[in-house]
Amino acid sequence: MDTRRVKTGASVTTRRVIAYIVLVLITFLCLFWFYILFINATRSHSDLARGFTLVPGGNAVNNWINLMHSSQPVLLGMRNSLIIAICSAVLSTYFSTMTAYAIHAYDFKIKNFMFTFILAVMMIPTQVVALGFISLMGKMHLMDTYIPLIIPSIAAPATFFYLKQYMESNMPMALLEAARIDGSGEFRTFNSIVLPLMRPAIAVQAIFTFVASWNNYFTPALVLTTDKKKTLPILIAQLRSADFLKFDMGQVYMMIAFSIFPVIVVYLILSKYIVGGVSAGAVKG
Amino acid sequence: MDGGKKKSGNSNVVKYNRWGYIFLLPFIIVYAVFQLIPFISTIYYSFFENYRSGLKQIGPNFIGLENYVTLFSNADIWKYTENTFIMWIIGFLPQIIVSLLLAAWFSDPSLRIKGQRFFKTVIYLPNLIMAAAFAMLFFTLFADSGPINSILTSLGILSEPYKFMSNTGSARILVGFMNFLMWFGNTTILLLAGMMGIDTSLYEAAEVDGATASEIFWKVTMPLLKPIFIYVLITSLIGGLQMFDVPQILTNGEGAPDRTTMTLIMYLNKHLFNKNYGMSGALSVILLIITGILSFAVFKVTTNQDNN
Repeated sequence: MDTRRVKTGASVTTRRVIAYIVLVLITFLCLFWFYILFINATRSHSDLARGFTLVPGGNAVNNWINLMHSSQPVLLGMRNSLIIAICSAVLSTYFSTMTAYAIHAYDFKIKNFMFTFILAVMMIPTQVVALGFISLMGKMHLMDTYIPLIIPSIAAPATFFYLKQYMESNMPMALLEAARIDGSGEFRTFNSIVLPLMRPAIAVQAIFTFVASWNNYFTPALVLTTDKKKTLPILIAQLRSADFLKFDMGQVYMMIAFSIFPVIVVYLILSKYIVGGVSAGAVKG
Repeated sequence: MDGGKKKSGNSNVVKYNRWGYIFLLPFIIVYAVFQLIPFISTIYYSFFENYRSGLKQIGPNFIGLENYVTLFSNADIWKYTENTFIMWIIGFLPQIIVSLLLAAWFSDPSLRIKGQRFFKTVIYLPNLIMAAAFAMLFFTLFADSGPINSILTSLGILSEPYKFMSNTGSARILVGFMNFLMWFGNTTILLLAGMMGIDTSLYEAAEVDGATASEIFWKVTMPLLKPIFIYVLITSLIGGLQMFDVPQILTNGEGAPDRTTMTLIMYLNKHLFNKNYGMSGALSVILLIITGILSFAVFKVTTNQDNN
């Protein structure tokens, strides 16, 4: 290799080929597990015991029926997860928009303090105050209810921050002043002008809050004790702690698939907004 | 952060300003009840002897710093700190390398990578998967008689099934690997956003000067990317401290083998479940202090960036 070639480095074509090879490998690494999950969820227990195959089996319906009649209340679990996740997403985005609007559109004494405060506490993980949280919920007789899992989402610093950033670049104050001149009350302005304007950002944050709540395991596991109230992650954990080698493995895979695939389907439909939303929120401030 | 620029031109707004308080009220009330009071009472609990021994409730009796002394004199906390840190590193190193590489390729105009949206969608996918279900999936896949062992033996790579869950190394690598899979897509997108923000004329100038792709990467991209890089590092460290779902489900809360995959939050969870409030208080306060320091660093990095 002559010196000139070293100077230019690898040619663009070489680098492109390497990039595609690595990308394909990484794609494989990301999807492989879900492929096995899909295959195994369609095979029967005795098939699974015989080893792995690359083609799906014909036992999906049976596994599904077995799962529905098992001791694990998975359908109830899904309903509970849905209730909590939807309520959290709606409340979190509505009130975070309201908080962002308060900081964005008004001038008042504690405004700067509040903004700094919210940014400062944004990173504090919920786990480290779980002790105080659980004991307070106990005293308020809210244990084993959904309130401790839904209401706290109203105060969501990260959601607030994203919406505040979006508001700064997409919400002209002139529009709000025009609404005032037209005699619109502040609360009405918020509901009929601010919320619709913020819709793209709200949608992104609603998805994130929903997914975070749907996947949450730590807090629900501490709060919920009645079997019929438990969410999907808790049921998964129970499945793990049961002596599951005695279980029908087809059914076990079906249950994992049941908690993973709905999210994947929704994600694939909305991926454009989600991936865009992550980059838009990427450390702008 | 920078309130000055917003104050200008809003003089008409003054009489409406009490609405600022009204709109802020839901946040303040909910935050105070569900975060601030728990925060204070967590610290308060850490100074009391308060646990359950069988059916008998001991305490609460004020014992000062004794919980902290007990916590630190026991070797467990050091062991769990070490476990948490090792598993974080196992996940973070490949994550940052792969993410930098992918972000550099995606943002490189001379490469013109096709199907970027597809690749971004795929690499971000594992981040949205329920960690509990993902861990359960890995537990079944890597079980002694699971599909991975079945594939490896039928390909002749292994002569007999490898006990992934019974060896410290492999169990930790599995946890780290899952964390890697779940977070590298997110990191790639963050770094990519940072790289796309870099002025392209800098690259063009470097190219005219005859710099190679790797020279451009190390001498132009990396220095400009430093704030985001620090942000990613610290937030990942905070996330690493919170590591719970994956090792908890994978090892059924036992941190098998021999508690070598037991993380700090798993330890906290164990105390909370046993209603061992004094000790969980002390442990929470320690974690609060560490995350507090790290959060402050993130806060500094982000606010500095915003002022630029």
